[in-house]
Amino acid sequence: MRDVAIISFAQTEHQRAVSHINEVEMLMPLLGEALRGAGIGKDRVDFVCSGSSDYLAGQPFSFVMTLDAFGPWPPISESHVDMDGAWALYEAWVKMQMGHIDVALIYAYGKSSPGEIRRVLSRQLDPYYLGPLWVDSVSLAALQARCGLEAGAFTVEQMAEVAAARRRQAKSNPFAQLSGDVDASTLLAQEEFVAPLRKHDCPPITDGAAVVVLAAGDVARELCERPAWIRGIDHRIEPHALGVRDLTRSVSTEQAAARAGVGEGKVDVVELHAPFTHQELILREALALDDAVVVNPSGGALCANPIMAAGLIRFGEAASRIWRGEADRAVAHATSGPCLQQNLVCVLEGA
Amino acid sequence: MGSERVAVVGIGQTKHQATADCSIAGLVRQAAQRALDDAQMTWSDIDAVVIGKAPDFFEGVMMPELYLADALGATGKPMFRVHTAGSVGGSTAIVAQDLVAAGIHERVLTVAFEKQSESEAMWALSVAMPFQPPMHAGAGGYFAPHIRAYIRRSGAPDHIGILVALKDRLNALKNPYAHLHEEGITFESVKDSIMLWDPIRYSETCPSSDGACAMVLTNEKGGDAAAADGRKPAWVRGTAFRSEPTMFAGRDQVNPRGGQECAADVYRQAGIVDPRRDVDVVEMYVPFSWFEPMWLENLGFAAEGEGWKLVEDGVTQMDGDLPVNCSGGVLSSNPIGASGMLRFAEAALQVRGQAGEHQVDGARTAVGHAYGGGSQFFAMWVVGDEKP
Repeated sequence: MRDVAIISFAQTEHQRAVSHINEVEMLMPLLGEALRGAGIGKDRVDFVCSGSSDYLAGQPFSFVMTLDAFGPWPPISESHVDMDGAWALYEAWVKMQMGHIDVALIYAYGKSSPGEIRRVLSRQLDPYYLGPLWVDSVSLAALQARCGLEAGAFTVEQMAEVAAARRRQAKSNPFAQLSGDVDASTLLAQEEFVAPLRKHDCPPITDGAAVVVLAAGDVARELCERPAWIRGIDHRIEPHALGVRDLTRSVSTEQAAARAGVGEGKVDVVELHAPFTHQELILREALALDDAVVVNPSGGALCANPIMAAGLIRFGEAASRIWRGEADRAVAHATSGPCLQQNLVCVLEGA
Repeated sequence: MGSERVAVVGIGQTKHQATADCSIAGLVRQAAQRALDDAQMTWSDIDAVVIGKAPDFFEGVMMPELYLADALGATGKPMFRVHTAGSVGGSTAIVAQDLVAAGIHERVLTVAFEKQSESEAMWALSVAMPFQPPMHAGAGGYFAPHIRAYIRRSGAPDHIGILVALKDRLNALKNPYAHLHEEGITFESVKDSIMLWDPIRYSETCPSSDGACAMVLTNEKGGDAAAADGRKPAWVRGTAFRSEPTMFAGRDQVNPRGGQECAADVYRQAGIVDPRRDVDVVEMYVPFSWFEPMWLENLGFAAEGEGWKLVEDGVTQMDGDLPVNCSGGVLSSNPIGASGMLRFAEAALQVRGQAGEHQVDGARTAVGHAYGGGSQFFAMWVVGDEKP
């Protein structure tokens, strides 16, 4: 495997609604910031890859206009995925493995505010049998939580502890949308939102974006004092039909983690893309993390959930802890689809 | 991981048509099953699935790879979704080939589709957005001024578009998978068809099709094994993407720099010095007839302003010295998201000698080309019958 590292990262200050600017305006400052962070101009970028969804923008080919934020002139080598930006990073990493390019820039963005995100996400479902029922994303997550609770996999108290812990950690994250000191018992006193989920079990609705710069080998060493090297990366998918899945487990995370080599060393910090509290508990189990691992120091998707960028942000957050010397080995994770259908796992190391 | 050689060992497509009697899942599975059968593989032989399609709005399914994971046997495997505008079918094939070339997977299934009967693409493309020029009811309204500009610049006579449409529709009669099979088509019938977006006539316009295309890509070992078994692979000799801005006064939408540079990049990789001489057959993305002469120039097969002369001289006919779109092309079948992959796959069929009645004798080097958006997204590959 060719050595490729994350060398720069920028993200927006995530908000419930950013209505005064469009996606291009949201991204432009970040692109400049990420390039400055890497100490390069855009002429050094060999490949650009982005992740977004037309269903958030309410427009076909919405990414076409957003590319203007990068300013692709002269013409550039570029690609786009209708997936979270974490998968755009994967595509760029694959391209870099062939050895012809040294620097790639990845961006991802999503404004959930213009639509009703729960209903929008229901359009991800099987269009013949499930989609027409308009089952919304929170209800599907509630179904998964119910399965876990009834199977004894976790408790509502543990779920509330997750919410409280992430809000507390997010106090040191200036980009987080939600943060603060709140204890689990106070949260549990709130009424249920979509049973058995309470509001604190669900992610906030967020507008936001992120940019990551990857560099290979000596270029990474030249541009970054302590690059966050990608030592393993893999993603797997599960069936779409919920009836054939064990919703209390994340089998695809287990598979991806094994291939990415998560268990081959001590993990210092993990950034999990877990939009719901019970999903974090399921993912921690799937990754077989011990209690010493620092989980989601950024606050995670429970404190800011810009859809299509929230997975890529996990990579930036994990890498930045390596740059700062706070961790030697980190795991970044991203998810897609209802009830953790698809998962990507990456191991990052400082040496 | 170095750069592995990549071979196309399986190709499948559906009969492209107006109304399919199956679901979206059924459509993609049919093409994928045919590609697997062609490769003499089963679902369990596949390491990863890469899928592409044009905007999710076209069928009203957001991120349909999630729903299609079951139908494409992707459980427990990586499944990847590409979306790069109309060039997406080509880009999807390139992302799949990268996975093999990088040595990450040995056998990758790639699929692209569109099911236009479950949608209304023209109106999906016509959503009015603040601060953006309207598409004027679909792609035809957008591209007609580019064609008009080409005619004015090149001095091409009016009948060039008609000749291209006639050629492609006649070629389609030799392709059992083509959507349009217009037995009685003549120069006059194309000429007399209704003018939709001047100068684009109805018969110079692509149809709205349901369809899917799939390919199985393998590494050198897989390509050698297929060859040893008498199933000739197509070897990938170069791939490239290029994108340029949509709103930029300095860009030329008639002869885009992105297309020129994409072609130059892919030719360099494939060792093609003079494309007109070194390429045997071309599958290019021609949704409106006039794009054939325009792309002949953009891709370096003719000097600027001269592309129409190749059309008029019959060079791009099946029996010409640079046959273009022997399959009937996008003008005869347009399952949008699959149309780019069909160009790539038809190029591969030609060098494998498996294009049936629309086979060009002795085709050894073929170009597959796709473009999208407002002519600012390009994807190309070159395939050959010999290992690079």
